[in-house]
Amino acid sequence: MNSLQGSGARDQGSGTSDQGSETANSLTRDFREAGADSLPLSNHLANSAHLGDPGVPQVPILGPGNPQPSTGSNNPRRLGSAIFCKAFLGLILRDLRVLTREFHVFLLRVGMQPLLFLFVFTFILPRMGGGGGNPLAAGGGKVDFGTILLPGLMAVAIMFSGIAAVALPLSSEFGITREIDDRVMCPLPLWAVALEKVCFSAMQSMIAALLVIPMAYYVPAVPVRAHIANWFLFGLVLVLASLLAGSLGLVIGSTVNPKQIGLVFSIIVVPITFLGCVYYPWAWLKPIRWLQWGVLFNPIVYMSEGLRAAVTPGIEHMPWWAILVALAFFTAALSRWGLKGFLGRVLS
Amino acid sequence: MIVEIEALTKIYESKQRVVALDGLDLELKQGEIFGLLGPNGAGKTTTISIATTRTLPTSGTVRIAGIDVVRHPAQARQLIGVVPQFNTLDRSLSVYENLYFHCRYFGFSHAQAKARSLELLTQFMLSERKDAYPAQLSGGLAQRVQIARAIAHRPTVLFLDEPSAGLDPQSRMAMWSAVEGLRTEGITVLLTTHYMEEADSLSDRLAIIDYGRVLALGSPEKLKQTFGVHTIFNLKLKAPEGLETLVATLKALPEVIGAEATADGLRVIANNSDGLLPQLVQAAAGYGLRDLTTIEPSLEAVFIQLTGRDLRE
Repeated sequence: MNSLQGSGARDQGSGTSDQGSETANSLTRDFREAGADSLPLSNHLANSAHLGDPGVPQVPILGPGNPQPSTGSNNPRRLGSAIFCKAFLGLILRDLRVLTREFHVFLLRVGMQPLLFLFVFTFILPRMGGGGGNPLAAGGGKVDFGTILLPGLMAVAIMFSGIAAVALPLSSEFGITREIDDRVMCPLPLWAVALEKVCFSAMQSMIAALLVIPMAYYVPAVPVRAHIANWFLFGLVLVLASLLAGSLGLVIGSTVNPKQIGLVFSIIVVPITFLGCVYYPWAWLKPIRWLQWGVLFNPIVYMSEGLRAAVTPGIEHMPWWAILVALAFFTAALSRWGLKGFLGRVLS
Repeated sequence: MIVEIEALTKIYESKQRVVALDGLDLELKQGEIFGLLGPNGAGKTTTISIATTRTLPTSGTVRIAGIDVVRHPAQARQLIGVVPQFNTLDRSLSVYENLYFHCRYFGFSHAQAKARSLELLTQFMLSERKDAYPAQLSGGLAQRVQIARAIAHRPTVLFLDEPSAGLDPQSRMAMWSAVEGLRTEGITVLLTTHYMEEADSLSDRLAIIDYGRVLALGSPEKLKQTFGVHTIFNLKLKAPEGLETLVATLKALPEVIGAEATADGLRVIANNSDGLLPQLVQAAAGYGLRDLTTIEPSLEAVFIQLTGRDLRE
């Protein structure tokens, strides 16, 4: 996330940027300092509750997040850090509210594709003719296709979720409604508004990915079991892949013209999915050498391979360190690019 | 001064170089309603966008309660409320939730946000529609929700960008009274408009701007006086024969600046109407005076005199 902080330094203002690495510690300290030379935040809140009442003198307008103008420019900076966290929390709560109100829609959205994929390729096809007549069902005779499919489908679920949770809403918010102005007016640096979108999307991506595991157990004719040997690696890959998907969503949402957002699916999402080592391990591309090298530019490859290494380690996969480096690299690059686009769209 | 705008410049360098703001200076006093009046493209919206941290100036500064909005935008946003030109309500949230989450963004706890939202719903007479979604609201209602949302966190300064654009007359009146109501809360208001009546009736002071510069500044009354726009009398006469004599008589009066014959009578342009009216009536009595209308000095006349172009062009 260093890249985010770097580009956002202007907007971040003196709230944290001049405090460098002390940022995290300073939050609690700021809270105390704010209370020492002005009213503590709770008093601000208590005072503000009376302001709406008729009959109460109403000269200075004080409220939560409303520093006293008279105390100079140091004061708002200190209160700013406390407000910063609350504003970020507020954005998360808002997204949670919208998500939970339509949670069944969310489940359908993230669950339908892997469910149908598993149903067709691991339940229907193996029962059709069977034997050597159906290469898909047997995975080329070496491994059960369901086992190959499980991490791939998790990767697809993560990526779709990232696009649906960031790119599509952003595109409409940037569009004719300019709803984004509502979020942009929060007392937060702009990069934090973008970061919140990526983080919230990452959370949805993780839920979407985890949903695939029980599906893969119950739907196929032969249950597919996840063998998570290294939970740390699994967690790391899941988090990195989800952040990567959110960053990709940010790039698409902030750079693609809202009118053409539909095109994104056919010219970006479908190609990177089909060429993302979702339905086959990367190692199996060996006979097609140019393609094996070519797909290395596709971030989905590392999501699939990473989950393959973590969830079905028995299948051939890239070395875990290469996967982690690539995931981190793509997350950093895409989030930087996405943030640049985001700032360009909200700030003229 | 609660808002200080100094030498603000904004130049858009694209295919065509556009100077939106050209060294604009303004100062707003605590608690006043300040109008920014100008034709389309005068720089009103750009001024508000910069002051509300959504646009970066090419040069110059804007300070709100002493905080530089370019250097500390997140801090400045705590002090300002914005009603943008277009409906930017959160389409995924109900009216109540729009207010509630706005309060949460500004650091209110659950209980405080709830109490404040309910209070605002009552204040703006929105309680019945609290569960409606923005898409179901009329333009006037949506605008009311936007104002309620903008003041929910008790900002020091409220910016209203063309608040009555696209509103029907009834909603416009309701919006005006909502803004008037803010006066009692001590909020400083900066509003842009290209409606003369709005600027005249709402603002304590106003600035007429064009080509990104302030052309005139003062209370509506002061502007009308200072810029010497005159009272106009239209006289309808039954017997227009021998009008030249009347014109000469009237022109001899010290207050009268000009007099000319019209299709059905006479138009007199004069400095002020005190005591002039009876004289006019007396002089015109012999010519069969049927009707007399008075046009007081108006902002529109001031504006046309200053900019040389009609506001609504």
